[in-house]
Amino acid sequence: MFREDTIVAISTPPGEGAIGIVRMSGELSMQIANKIFRQKKDRDITINDHRKMLYGHIYKNESVVDEVLLVPMFSPATYTREDLVEIHCHGGMVPLTEIVKLILENGASMAEPGEFTKRAFLNGRLDLAQAESVMDLIQAKTPQGFEVAYNQLEGHLSGKVDAVRAELLSAMAQLEVCIDYPEEDIEEMTYSEMTDRFKAAEKSVSALLENSETGRILRDGLSTVIVGKPNVGKSSLLNALLRESRAIVTDIPGTTRDVIEETLNVRGVPVKLVDTAGIRETEDLVEKLGVERSKAFFNRADLVVFVLNAAEALSPEDEDIMKYLKDRRAIVLLNKSDLDPVLDEMTLRDRLGNEIPVIRTSLIQEEGIQELEDEIAKMVYGGQMSLAERSVVTNLRHQDALRRAAKSLGDALGSCKEGMPYDFLQVDVRNAYDALGEITGETVENDLITKIFSQFCLGK
Amino acid sequence: MPEEFYSGTYDVAVIGAGHAGCEAALASARMGMKTVMFSINLDSLAMLPCNPSIGGTGKGHLVREVDALGGQMGLITDQAMVQSKMLNTRKGPAVHSLRAQADKTRYHVEMKKVIENTSNLDLKQGEIIEIEVADGRVKSLLTSTGARYETRAIILATGTYLGGKIFIGSSVFQSGPNGLAPSLKLAENLKSHGLEIWRFKTGTPARVNKRSLDYSKMEAQYGDPKPVPFSFLNDSISFEELPCWLTYTNAETHAVIQKNILRSAMYGGQIEGTGTRYCPSIEDKITRFADKERHQLFVEPEGYETNEMYVQGMSTSLPEDVQTAFMRTIPGLENVEVMRPAYAIEYDCLDPSQLKNTLELKSIENLFSAGQFNGSSGYEEAAAQGIIAGINAALKLKGEPPFTLDRSEAYIGVLIDDLVTKGTNEPYRMMTSRAEYRLLLRQDNADMRLTERSYSIGLATHERYEKLMDKLMNIDLELKRLESVTVRPEMVNGLLERLGSSPIKQGMSLMELLRRPEVDYISLAEVDIDRPWLREDVFVQCEIQLKYQGYIQKQLQQVERFKQLENKRLPEDLDYLDIEGLRLEARQKLSKIRPESVGQASRISGVSPADVSVLLIYLEQRNRRRGVDNGR
Repeated sequence: MFREDTIVAISTPPGEGAIGIVRMSGELSMQIANKIFRQKKDRDITINDHRKMLYGHIYKNESVVDEVLLVPMFSPATYTREDLVEIHCHGGMVPLTEIVKLILENGASMAEPGEFTKRAFLNGRLDLAQAESVMDLIQAKTPQGFEVAYNQLEGHLSGKVDAVRAELLSAMAQLEVCIDYPEEDIEEMTYSEMTDRFKAAEKSVSALLENSETGRILRDGLSTVIVGKPNVGKSSLLNALLRESRAIVTDIPGTTRDVIEETLNVRGVPVKLVDTAGIRETEDLVEKLGVERSKAFFNRADLVVFVLNAAEALSPEDEDIMKYLKDRRAIVLLNKSDLDPVLDEMTLRDRLGNEIPVIRTSLIQEEGIQELEDEIAKMVYGGQMSLAERSVVTNLRHQDALRRAAKSLGDALGSCKEGMPYDFLQVDVRNAYDALGEITGETVENDLITKIFSQFCLGK
Repeated sequence: MPEEFYSGTYDVAVIGAGHAGCEAALASARMGMKTVMFSINLDSLAMLPCNPSIGGTGKGHLVREVDALGGQMGLITDQAMVQSKMLNTRKGPAVHSLRAQADKTRYHVEMKKVIENTSNLDLKQGEIIEIEVADGRVKSLLTSTGARYETRAIILATGTYLGGKIFIGSSVFQSGPNGLAPSLKLAENLKSHGLEIWRFKTGTPARVNKRSLDYSKMEAQYGDPKPVPFSFLNDSISFEELPCWLTYTNAETHAVIQKNILRSAMYGGQIEGTGTRYCPSIEDKITRFADKERHQLFVEPEGYETNEMYVQGMSTSLPEDVQTAFMRTIPGLENVEVMRPAYAIEYDCLDPSQLKNTLELKSIENLFSAGQFNGSSGYEEAAAQGIIAGINAALKLKGEPPFTLDRSEAYIGVLIDDLVTKGTNEPYRMMTSRAEYRLLLRQDNADMRLTERSYSIGLATHERYEKLMDKLMNIDLELKRLESVTVRPEMVNGLLERLGSSPIKQGMSLMELLRRPEVDYISLAEVDIDRPWLREDVFVQCEIQLKYQGYIQKQLQQVERFKQLENKRLPEDLDYLDIEGLRLEARQKLSKIRPESVGQASRISGVSPADVSVLLIYLEQRNRRRGVDNGR
């Protein structure tokens, strides 16, 4: 296959587990497996064992290394389209590394990160977008994130992109005929027809782009910052959210001391809470950093949750923050609404407009948490909770390509409007066509392939 | 076999004196090579055996490029013109294409004069029956009368003569085009040298007597009132114009053809060669587009001195009686008298993927090939290949680097790359849609793209070069002037209003004004008081460069991306059969064609984008390994 050598890697995560998997792919796989693996009746692996689990032992010379289950898979019906062998052994680092060493000694070489998937791509089993989704699948933080990646692996995104490309190609072909056969009586496409067709393509691309924000959030998490004065209820909010939803990660190492993250699973949205330490210390971020620096801080967040005490009047800082929130993704919590309220929703609406949701809460009683979660989910999914039929773009490279395609189509539409002849528009239509092709790998870019697969983890 | 005798020694021998042969021989001789050109019949030199026109969409670009390189086709067409029309003028300047109707006899006569009076060039009547190859390199050739010529390089330009076979209904006979003698022995000889030979088919419609037509029933078609010359050397051109005539087929025509369709050589199954989709026969048209009620046809003059008229659009392999019968159903042709019947012709041609992009055979050194024999169709495509083959034969013999054009530099580059990379499964016709970078490859700037390069290898004349330099200087000066001259609102707002362009509030340079879609150079004259007199080609260039700058810029970026893969060279010692990630088909195609760059590889049909990725990764790993090896 692609490289003559057979590759091997540990495919399960480092650390101790009940079972660990070593995987090898390439021409020598079966030969090596036969050499080191012995079944009870000491027979060789044959094509009849394809995708069957075989029980036996791994031997180094005459001594047993481990008791294992081995799955042989024969080319081309495998992940890489090469002969592939999985060895399920005991999960400690010792048996795993011993088996890998043994395989290496028998002529395989160590796989590079992502090399199994790279082979799957190079051997034509996956297109580029599908290959990339494999990485997203592995790294998915929530079931929804997984679903999105899985859809992409199934070719949903490629299918949509290919459909737009096919439409552009057909429009181009129709326009070209009139240029090359000016004297044949062929009906020319009118500007309005051209506009309609390019607009439809642009719409499809924009729809994918809109979903891409959802995709990014499902993949990378919704970075959220909670602000509010001391004792306004931020700690209670945090505790309620933590209880309500499963915390996924705590105290990500390596982040700076005043920005500590926790990730919560809110209706499938990975919500990354920024500066939870600050919240626990009951010190307000705005007071700590000052309004200007806080704003800069907010700018990096996808969502600002602003907690207000309904029993207190608005301070000048509150007013300032609200002004700032106006054109951002934010949720305002009017807490302690069970007490004698000084603030009402009307006062807030005056300052915030109608876009930002205001939720009455009593965080100490854990009231209003459901509503908050509803709002967050609504923001991310845009009202559609089912992702099954949607092609959500998770990948920054895809987003970039889509954005360029949308821009080129926009330029083409602009030229249509100015009444430019088609041969000028064609430059932009062609650019859009090529940019879309980059997503599925139809447009070959110089260093792209190597770049993409270097981001993979080892063993996939 | 006749008795053999030594007849002379040449640097370059050209076989065939059609449009490819003439350009090849002229280029070679003008570059100082002692050149000989053979033709089966000298009266058929530079013959136009099909339509009496030169140029058209894409093809017009080729003629301009051949001219810019110092070729002859544009100049001869200018001398033989009977009508001229710029096509696609309602579209952008990139797809404007010049097409001329030409007097066939005059075309032949004028080209023959030039050939006969070119130094270093001998013209000889004779049929070549054998090429001698020794040590993988051409050595000599032999005529049917026993004359042997030693030669260092050979250019095949045999058109449709090799193994030529004509079909008119059930009448089938061996023949070159237009009843000329075919060449029957050379093809076998070429096969014996290991060349892969295909069989292609083309056809031509009937010629009818001018006096048998009823012009009152047809629509006269005239060219442009101010004809544009093909050659950059000619500033203007004038001739007595002859009209073409437009008329249409009808249900009755289709019925006659339908009824007799099995009598056509095509549909009767006698023809094995592959025809072109771009020039279908009338029986093909009514079969494939059965719902179309009528097909147009143009009746075109063949020249001043003849009554023969060419019936464009009606090529057919139906028998003569049917040809006359269906034509007589067409308005204006009711009493038509056929002078030469339409025929289909089948001929031997080369699988062009055996060629390098210099048009030299990969397997035989110093053997070049050009024109219809390479699987193309059309006079212009032939001439374009001819000049490149002639240039490269000369350069090779001089030991100088080859001269090639890529897809971003010329239509000629597109043509040759398509032929040698993709091969072709039908006679290849140039079209503007084949050129990815056509905003840059305009017919108006062919001289700016190519003349200097041709001058530097000693082909384009000093006159041509001086003319180009003068044009470039004037363009530069005018662009600077347009940028520096500012007009005040009160001077120009009246004009802008009339042109439907929004008024300006403060002074604006002429350059900025020209960028507006509604404003053009000529209408700006009334506010541009100190405007110098300039030739039209100069101010047209200024206008195009300013007006379409944004689009041209984008196209230049596309070219940059294209060059990235184009500049990734594929090592000559690469064994594709050994790169195992490649699919089998890709391995075979790559081994056969041996592309020079990853870019070229990506255009081979049967090589998928995934295969190209495999190649890229393979190259990188190979380079890394090399790097490590070198490091040690």
